[in-house]
Amino acid sequence: MKKNVIEVKNLEKYFEVSSGFFSRKKTTVKAVDDITFEIPFGESLGLVGQSGCGKTTTARALCLLDPKTGGEVNFYNNDVSSMQSIDELEGEELKKFRRNIQMIFQDPYESLNPRWTIKDIILEPLNIHNIGDLDEREEAVSEILQTVGLTPPENYMPRYPHELSGGQRQRVSIARTLIMKPKFVVCDEPTSMLDVSIRISIMDLMLNLAKDLEVSYLYITHDLAVARYMCNRIAVMFNGKIVEIAETEELLSNPVHPYTKRLISSIPVPDPSYDRKVYDVNFDELDSLIEKHGSDKPMIDIGNEHFIATHDVKGLI
Amino acid sequence: MDKNLNQDLQKELRREALKRNWRLFKQSKLGMIGLYIVIFFLFLALLQPFLFITGIWNKGVYDPVVGYDTIKDTLLVVECPKEYPTEKYESYTDCPAKGEVNVKKLYMAPGVEVGDMYETFIQPAPPSRTHLLGTDSLGRDIFSQIMEGSQVAFILGLLSATLGVGISTILGTIAAFFGGRIDAYLMRQSDLILMLPSLPLLFIISAFAELKVWHLAVVLGVIGGLGGSVITIKSQALQVKVKPFVDSARITGGSNMKILFSHVLPNVAPLALLFMVFSVTGAIASESVLSFLGLLNIDMSWGIMIYLSQTDGFIFSGMRYWWLILPAGLAVTFLAGGFYLVGRGLDDVFNPRLRKR
Amino acid sequence: MSKDVLVVKDLNMHYETLSGDVSAVKNVSFTVKEGESFGLVGESGCGKTSVAMSLLQLQADNAKISSGSIKLDGLEMVGMSESELREVRWDGISIVFQGAMNAWNPVIKVGEQIREAIREHYPDNTKVENTEKIASLFKMVGLDSSIMDRFPHELSGGMKQRAVIALALSCDPKLVIADEPTTALDVVIQDQILKEIKKVQELLGLSLIYISHDIAVIAEMTDKMAVMYAGSIVEKGPTSEIFANPQHSYTQSLLASTPSVVGDKVKLNSLEGEPPSLINQIDGCSFAPRCPNRTTTCHPELDMELVEVGPEHFVDICSANRN
Repeated sequence: MKKNVIEVKNLEKYFEVSSGFFSRKKTTVKAVDDITFEIPFGESLGLVGQSGCGKTTTARALCLLDPKTGGEVNFYNNDVSSMQSIDELEGEELKKFRRNIQMIFQDPYESLNPRWTIKDIILEPLNIHNIGDLDEREEAVSEILQTVGLTPPENYMPRYPHELSGGQRQRVSIARTLIMKPKFVVCDEPTSMLDVSIRISIMDLMLNLAKDLEVSYLYITHDLAVARYMCNRIAVMFNGKIVEIAETEELLSNPVHPYTKRLISSIPVPDPSYDRKVYDVNFDELDSLIEKHGSDKPMIDIGNEHFIATHDVKGLI
Repeated sequence: MDKNLNQDLQKELRREALKRNWRLFKQSKLGMIGLYIVIFFLFLALLQPFLFITGIWNKGVYDPVVGYDTIKDTLLVVECPKEYPTEKYESYTDCPAKGEVNVKKLYMAPGVEVGDMYETFIQPAPPSRTHLLGTDSLGRDIFSQIMEGSQVAFILGLLSATLGVGISTILGTIAAFFGGRIDAYLMRQSDLILMLPSLPLLFIISAFAELKVWHLAVVLGVIGGLGGSVITIKSQALQVKVKPFVDSARITGGSNMKILFSHVLPNVAPLALLFMVFSVTGAIASESVLSFLGLLNIDMSWGIMIYLSQTDGFIFSGMRYWWLILPAGLAVTFLAGGFYLVGRGLDDVFNPRLRKR
Repeated sequence: MSKDVLVVKDLNMHYETLSGDVSAVKNVSFTVKEGESFGLVGESGCGKTSVAMSLLQLQADNAKISSGSIKLDGLEMVGMSESELREVRWDGISIVFQGAMNAWNPVIKVGEQIREAIREHYPDNTKVENTEKIASLFKMVGLDSSIMDRFPHELSGGMKQRAVIALALSCDPKLVIADEPTTALDVVIQDQILKEIKKVQELLGLSLIYISHDIAVIAEMTDKMAVMYAGSIVEKGPTSEIFANPQHSYTQSLLASTPSVVGDKVKLNSLEGEPPSLINQIDGCSFAPRCPNRTTTCHPELDMELVEVGPEHFVDICSANRN
């Protein structure tokens, strides 16, 4: 039995929006609606879907940036060697818990404070948590810079972010994330703004670090090809719900949900001789179908740990 | 690892960044003109104490407030006729002519008759070699007064601008960061200050309290700091607040105060500096207006110089006594404008979108 | 054999900046035939957008075309006056920019903005004719004709981008340049837009220059392609030929670093280092510092020059010699 680093049960994030400037009536937007998944130690889960489907909202809720409105998030706590709900954490315990969870952002130009040196940026988590003395901290920064391939470290430490290229900045982001030795890192499209030739080196770096440091990733992307490269399992999200979740190769070779099929069929293939299958589905129809059949039913396993949402499974298999 | 090398590199990089900004600033012609003007007046402000200390200028003669010089001249006493023209005078303004004095003006002097020669002080005296810009109606050196005035302008402008921008930066970032009621309160307060007409407000304040330069700087700083700049700083801070690096600090567990001071404030600082330079202009202009209206308890300033020329009745004399009005008026215009132009130059540095490639 | 619509020969373009001249386009030559779609692929900063801007002569003020020729239907465009250029733009060549969908004027209805462009070029058309034309254009790109009376903010990103394509087609151009038209869009919408562009191109027999950083999109969209690196074309030829038999090391690395959802999962290879800064004059092979296939027999000091290695397949002399 695999040990899970994080278990998400029926996570919900609803937003209240007033419908007009003068009206007091509020409508509820279900940005994330009843999603459930778990990630074992050292494995990565890809969260794939269109923009606005709730991927980033999920990530922010897991990192405790925005409070969730319902459901349960359990995290493996090393001190008690068991799963612990993040709702139970308070004060010092919460601060300690934050060491274990980190996030890498999409835009390398916005995710580093432009007025800080690289050294200060990477030092920040150590300073916040008051780990080690000054020399030890500096030593740790130099070490992590080498780990992410920015060598020699003393060349990079006094520089400012704008002096580095996009790929180098993303390496700094990764270094900053990993200096706390977290067990779980949320990656919000960390390579989508990088050039093709640099993208793979960043992805390889992340994969190697996952292996060496036993880090689990929740990898958010809209590109299934990238998710395939990075993740053991993939969850497909549509309008705030996970509609299909399976092992990566299983999902790609045997997609069941119409949305998954549509998503796979729309990825361009770097091979002019390959003829893509055309699969079209009306998203509005799909949405109303899900709405009609109810989303409260649990997902079912169709074998090989391949789960799909049950709302319209009839007639599809 | 070699720590010293590290620090040296850091210093060098910082110097390079400074050099780059300076290059950008130099590109802006307006900014450079402004800088030259500001440096010129700063030079004037510093020159005066230097002249006094070295003894080149005698305090008794050149002190802008209590010094005076006696420039004597001998005039022919004449009587101006009631009817014009006469053989000697074409019109009313021709009498007394140059080198003459009307006998009526000398009614206090005993035993003076028409046709006598009368020795008198000329005040205000026109520019001469000893008094580059002449003297005022009390015999005081105008050039020295201009220098004193630029000291006042720098102290007042920089003090009130620093205070004002300090207040608005702190309040603006707090409003952006905490939002909710604090934000609502601060915004309504700004609206209120924006709505109040500031000059009449200053009139009322100066009616109740004797305003000295320091007081005025504090009052101008507080009014400026609570007003519209809070709103602008807040909007900038709101943009910084949603940047991923702030989220990233929050995920790591950074406290609100830490994020506010180490992430948000440094990123609104350039805008605040820009505001500061622009608000110096406003402070210098307000001081002149208040002094001109005689509402300030200041010994000497550019506004006071114009005020005195007005109360002594020279302000409507056209160009005849130009040295009483023009130097002070031009000094106010140029220094206020100079700071404004420096602000425009800084704008080019801090606002990359305005930057030409 | 179809005729050449666009012939670009030895085009050089540089930007004059504070820190020196940046040569963004170096000795670029290519030909686009009638009804053909031509792909330009490369990383950001490789000069592909600069090429597009030079073709339309819409480059920034500090950009100078120093030499070369651009012939549209045999008409030399380099050195044309502004008024002559205005005739050619939109009429001869039109462009779909990367962020074009955000360039709609928010206070004017979409149809009205397209109508304005048509009026500029066909002043004699009646209003009804124009409306019919817009409706047919909209139908072509998969939009309902009622969209004409909508304001830009009422449309989704995909719809706006379709309307941009309709706008680009509104003056019956011979050649359309699509500069990363789908980069800001989701994969599903990107897929729809790509299909739309392809359909329209085949329907109208247009020539198309498709610019992208994504080699997978180029594979789907184009008949011929050119790979750009540091301002120069390093390899060009028929798309299928280049994918089947890439000759230049950079092309090989690009292909080796593009993940795919089909086929076996393969280990992808990354490219070390970063593209060179164009501000420094680069002599010889600009790819040499990053080249994974460098050998002792390599001559990186040789000037870059394309040589033919297969039918219409050209590659930089450095890689050609090695292979």
